Amino acid sequence: MSGGTLWTVVLVASLGCYLLKLAGLSVPSAWVQRPWVTRVVDFVPAALLAALVAVQAATTDDRLVLDGRLAGLAVAALALAMRAPFIVVLVLAGATGALVHVLAG
Amino acid sequence: MVTSLVAVSDARSATLRDAMGLGLAVGLYGAAFGAAADAAGLAVWQAVVLSALMFTGASQFALVGVLGAGGGGPAAIGSALLLGTRNTLYGVRLLPLLEPRGWWRRLGAAHWVIDETTALAVAAPDRRQARLAFVVGGATLYLTWNATTVAGALGAAALGETARAALDAVVPAAFLALLWPRLQRGYPEAAVQRRVALAGAAVALLLTPVVPPGVQVVAAAVAVALAGRPRPAAVTS
Repeated sequence: MSGGTLWTVVLVASLGCYLLKLAGLSVPSAWVQRPWVTRVVDFVPAALLAALVAVQAATTDDRLVLDGRLAGLAVAALALAMRAPFIVVLVLAGATGALVHVLAG
Repeated sequence: MVTSLVAVSDARSATLRDAMGLGLAVGLYGAAFGAAADAAGLAVWQAVVLSALMFTGASQFALVGVLGAGGGGPAAIGSALLLGTRNTLYGVRLLPLLEPRGWWRRLGAAHWVIDETTALAVAAPDRRQARLAFVVGGATLYLTWNATTVAGALGAAALGETARAALDAVVPAAFLALLWPRLQRGYPEAAVQRRVALAGAAVALLLTPVVPPGVQVVAAAVAVALAGRPRPAAVTS
């Protein structure tokens, strides 16, 4: 992706996200607060964030790849289950990824 | 009279403390975002502009996550917008609390309508505190988030190969940390959230070999169908 295209993506997505915020403060609430709309919006983050976890941890291009990222994710899940603070979760995941990288050389 | 003044100032300092504490804590996510943006091939300036203009964490992470996976512009923008839809609902909840007068205030307030400011404002004991929490929380978060984004992006740009491998493992962990609270007991319909999350991950992995990069993330939104129909209890809340 060229630098110019990347800037277009950055700016269009930023404007779109701003307009979504502004819409909530501007349109009649009855337009937004329909049961099925709130239902979908309540659950979209779970679906997309989980998809991003999976794609970021276990794929490279169009292939499934098992490497240090997945090991890091497992350690992160363990740390989250033990209620570790965010920064600790990230440091442990990163250290695991680096360790696997060094060991797998 | 005296006791009520004390109570007011107590509530005020509690609001300020919560708002600033949350702002500083969430700032750490800004560093993770800056690093993730660098790992995805964005320039430091692009990471900075995203934090300054988009200013909604999950959407920012999704945009750079899809770009980092080799995804195209439409998939990256689509995933950011899908995650941004919840801010529209937040705006609806905030409007009666903030009552912004005039278009300029409305345009300004809209920029800070995110998870954290909504949580702070809704939790405040009255409308005055809600506005204070929104403004102080929003300002603290905005400043920290942008400063730590710069630090994260610059820091990641200076990394060597092993540190790159560490960063590659940090990015999925950051997404998991964003997702985690929604799956825990105590979150509304946590069991359904877990089901939708598992299905979203499965859809994304199954589609990875067959669709252009990034499209599988947007397509994972179909997993929302597993949430089923709106429940009567959810309608009234």
